[in-house]
Amino acid sequence: MPTTAFLTDSTVCIGCKACEVACKAWNEVPQDGYVWTGLSYDNTKALGHSTWRHVKFVEHEAVPGRGGHAAGQPTWSFSSDVCKHCEHAGCLDACPTGSIVRTEFGGVFVQPDICNGCGYCVVACPFGVIDRRPDDGRAFKCTFCYDRQKAGLTPACAQVCPTESIVFGDMADLRREASRRLDGLAARGVTDAVLYDAHEGSVGGTHALFIVRGDPVAYNLPPKPDVPSVYLRRAWRSAFVTAASLIGAALIAFAAQSHAH
Amino acid sequence: MPTDTDRREITLTSIRDEARELAAPPAQGPPVPPSETGYYGLPLLKRPVWSASVPLYFFVGGAAGAAAIIGAAARARGRNRLAHDARWMAAGGALISAALLTEDLGRPSRFLNMLRVFKPQSAMSVGSWALSAFGASATGAALTSSAALDVAAAATGAVMTTYTGVLIGATAIPAWSEAVDLLPAHFGASALGSATALLELLGHRDAALHHLATVAAAAETVAGASVEMKRSAAVRPLKEGPSGLLVRVGGLLSGPMPLALRLLGRRRRMARRAAGLSAIIGSLVTRFGWVRAGSASADDPAVPLKLPRA
Repeated sequence: MPTTAFLTDSTVCIGCKACEVACKAWNEVPQDGYVWTGLSYDNTKALGHSTWRHVKFVEHEAVPGRGGHAAGQPTWSFSSDVCKHCEHAGCLDACPTGSIVRTEFGGVFVQPDICNGCGYCVVACPFGVIDRRPDDGRAFKCTFCYDRQKAGLTPACAQVCPTESIVFGDMADLRREASRRLDGLAARGVTDAVLYDAHEGSVGGTHALFIVRGDPVAYNLPPKPDVPSVYLRRAWRSAFVTAASLIGAALIAFAAQSHAH
Repeated sequence: MPTDTDRREITLTSIRDEARELAAPPAQGPPVPPSETGYYGLPLLKRPVWSASVPLYFFVGGAAGAAAIIGAAARARGRNRLAHDARWMAAGGALISAALLTEDLGRPSRFLNMLRVFKPQSAMSVGSWALSAFGASATGAALTSSAALDVAAAATGAVMTTYTGVLIGATAIPAWSEAVDLLPAHFGASALGSATALLELLGHRDAALHHLATVAAAAETVAGASVEMKRSAAVRPLKEGPSGLLVRVGGLLSGPMPLALRLLGRRRRMARRAAGLSAIIGSLVTRFGWVRAGSASADDPAVPLKLPRA
């Protein structure tokens, strides 16, 4: 089976939100409120139980005369966010029911017929993606269109993207495509475009790559995401020492007291 | 000495350089400035979705686990009346624990899915199996007074007292993971403090309980001090705001307060009762404080995004 991935290129995204709409339409994801945030044209704010694609609107101050901008007009970078489908996924490790699995395409999938809504995956995701849907009780996130991939189809968001900002394909091909695009951007004078690909930290890489301009932090992409499983060894060591101490203390306390009698 | 022609050539060069720069404008406007706030200061992480049942469970399950340890140790020294009550406390606590955890599930009818797999890499899975084994052995011990079941209940009870620290410590929530070494010890000591106090308040005036409670209060004092000594931005929710207040009040009530009452009022029954009540309330407040601190920590993008103000 090929290992599939998304490449989301913010430099050609036009902020149309067709990916958000297509995701909702195909996956029948419920609406997530009619809320005006006042944060640029982004009224969705973040990924969540009912938002599996989310277009971020990062506003910058325009420099008049550069790139055709007038004074006082902001300029945008749009970036469509999605579940990162980590190589070493916190949600998958945390799930006590085995509901969250790794698919044959390399994605991370929540089996809705198994999830019992314990909520532990929610605090295990270093990207703040997965969440429990209050009226349903189960946890939801991007399925990587597992159903469509099984049928040989492209995920809905990539299928509808009008500018090829969202590209779906084989992981290795997409890495090549990413460096081809970065080279092209550099040749055109865009030197601050970077590939966001968390493969150096403990998450060990993701199945969602992003090309963004400037600091990925401006897009709420964490510089060093850690899978919480890295803390397990220290946590259990402390638990073991404490448990042994409690038993030891109880035995000593009663032994000493019997002795005193 | 540059001639007039030279000077005019230099001017032409600078005009050419400027023109070259303007002739190739960036495809999408100017370079993006570095980010001070992340994405509009919006949270990166998700808050824990747990209701009050979960911190309440941390308290009840911990106290029940510690009661099973006390019961087995008391039995080994022939303190049968104390062992009997501790066993029933453990069994009752296990039952309440299971109810609290099931209540918190988004799909309570699927609680048995917890035992569908065993995953050592999931503290929630280990905890579900530990609670099941603890519930079975503690109930069996209470009903039959079997020595083997007492030992089994104490062993699984020891997991119950500490694993909740692993559960929240090994997460993406910075305030929790920053304290990952401390949490199991903190919750374990808190569990011992509340179990000894509950048994004392039931009328057991065993000196061993008093000694264990004193040790627990001393350990809680050290735990509280080590939280206070942490300096990183990640632990701010443990010191500031409503969650910080809860953690600090819980820490005082389960550490220094009962410790002072037990050391100074050793021979006075009222002082011991007050110390016990303080430890119980402190243990409860502590668990609510830590869970609330998790929400506050998730709300602050500065730490996971490594923003300058973090």
